[in-house]
Amino acid sequence: MPHKTFMAFIWPSLLAMILFIALPILSVGYQSLFIEHEQILIETETCGPFGCTAEVSVDSAAMADLRAEKPAGRYNGLGTYTNASHLAFDEITEIFATSDNFTEIRTRIMNLPFYKALIFTLAYTFIVTPLVIILGFIIALVVNSIPRFLKGPVIFFSLLPMIVTPLVGSLVLFWMIDSRGIIGAALQALFSDPSLSLKASPALTWVTLFVYGVWHSAPFAFVVFYAGLQTVPQDTLESAMVDGASRWERVRFVTIPYLMPLATFIALMQLMDNFRVFEPIIGFSAAASATSLSYLIYNDLRAAESPLFGSAAATSMLTIIGVIILLLPVLRRNWREFNRKT
Amino acid sequence: MSSLAKRKPPSLVMLSTVFVLFWLVVAAFPFLWTMWGSFKVEGDFFSRADWMNAITGPVTQRQHGSAFTLAGYEGAWIQQEFWRSVVNTAIVTLFVVIISLTLGTLGGYALARSGFKYTFWLLMAALVFRAMPHVTLVSGYLLPFFQLNIWGFLPTTIIVLVAINQPFTLWMLHSFFLSIPKDLDEAAMVDGCTRFQAFRLAIIPVMWPGVITTGLFSFLLAYNDFTVTSMLLTQENATMIPKINSFLGSTQEEGKVMYAVAAVVSAIVPLFALILFFQRQIVSGLTAGAVKG
Repeated sequence: MPHKTFMAFIWPSLLAMILFIALPILSVGYQSLFIEHEQILIETETCGPFGCTAEVSVDSAAMADLRAEKPAGRYNGLGTYTNASHLAFDEITEIFATSDNFTEIRTRIMNLPFYKALIFTLAYTFIVTPLVIILGFIIALVVNSIPRFLKGPVIFFSLLPMIVTPLVGSLVLFWMIDSRGIIGAALQALFSDPSLSLKASPALTWVTLFVYGVWHSAPFAFVVFYAGLQTVPQDTLESAMVDGASRWERVRFVTIPYLMPLATFIALMQLMDNFRVFEPIIGFSAAASATSLSYLIYNDLRAAESPLFGSAAATSMLTIIGVIILLLPVLRRNWREFNRKT
Repeated sequence: MSSLAKRKPPSLVMLSTVFVLFWLVVAAFPFLWTMWGSFKVEGDFFSRADWMNAITGPVTQRQHGSAFTLAGYEGAWIQQEFWRSVVNTAIVTLFVVIISLTLGTLGGYALARSGFKYTFWLLMAALVFRAMPHVTLVSGYLLPFFQLNIWGFLPTTIIVLVAINQPFTLWMLHSFFLSIPKDLDEAAMVDGCTRFQAFRLAIIPVMWPGVITTGLFSFLLAYNDFTVTSMLLTQENATMIPKINSFLGSTQEEGKVMYAVAAVVSAIVPLFALILFFQRQIVSGLTAGAVKG
């Protein structure tokens, strides 16, 4: 296809992506170099019968003018990246200089908002992804062995947790784990501890979010593996059987190697999706004990008085760098494959 | 293979049956439970006394005279104007699906038929774009949108969702068009068609299965979106999911939480219907990327 025809076909799609994905990334990069204007304060003196008192207040008219003139704020260079709510270099140096042991370092670092979010995001990504693959594979194996007429309904119900909006799905579970909800009450009865609450402790909240993540994504892995299982070569399975391989050995040495490429695919998709974990934190009202990078950005943009564009943009840039690091191995592999093909 | 060799020991059959049942309960029970509970009052759905109350509904009986009540739905749909969000969601999803499929089909076709090296780079860029957390993009939109005064309107959100959807649509339709033999449109071009005529006359008639599957996922993206719609729309223009979130802020009041429950169930039911009708397409769509990518 000549270049001209190619462009004629692809330009609308390309334009949309440039305007609303590439440019915003640049816009984020630009905004991250600025921070909010300092508040312009004016002093007004009010005199009453008991003397005069000076009152300091924000000059909102002047602020509005300033905002209209320079909407991005004032230039701050890389200052936003290194301040206490982002990379916090000064704080980190100080923590390492003044802490005695590892536990103290850990607790103090966990108090820095960016690192707290980063650690949760990474933990979520790298705990949920393997669990999803394992659980999905087991479900696929089992469903593949049940009678044919049951498969349709089972797949139907299995798809539900994945298709339903993350926020809605997490709300449904959130209401059930409420201490007055069925799971919450059941857990209290099980451990005979009437004060047990999954919302109270940070550790339990993390576990809840991980469980939600696995519940939400396992159907995806299941469906992909299930489709893969239909294409496992029967001849190989049969010859393995003739060679005396047990059921488990057939799974271990024939099925699993055959499905490995699918596992890579699922891992890639899951890494991308889990790295932007966000809605469950809102659904489970878990922000006090677990925040993710995406949640930090959302929170900055939702700040009570005016959105903290600079802070949100700096976190966004750091997140984008994280995504690219995450994808580098995949990009390299694709590049090699592409070169081999052409 | 003889059927004897395929036969499983009874213990394995037991184990797998139990496991399937367990998984079905885990997957489906929360939704059925919430659906059932949405017809109760708060005192039953969140019962301090006994969890059986959520099934039998004694408090609901006392307050409304029957074990089922539509109070939650009435409060959400009429009092809190949830119907408005439903209309907004319908508008947004309809246009997102139509526009992103139109752009995606053209782009995906071009990517599948062009052998130049830049198609690889475009696809890789699309992959990176697909991995971008949506909220990072939103933080890039807000300030320019405020400046241009286009913040808060449905068309803005529709275009943004279309753009965010493009990388995925392009990948999916690209791999679908690769599976349509090149000979088909090349034969048309040998017969004197231009590239566009070949696309229209030879490709469009056979592309519907792939387009429908991709359309389902575009629909899901637009329908399920929370990040973009919650940040880019005003209260009046809110779609369903941000609206549900806004209910949560006001749940302290007795009974309000049932509005949220009713709204959540209202948002789930269309998805139930979707899976019911399109299960095969959803499954094939999920695996399409895996088999060819």
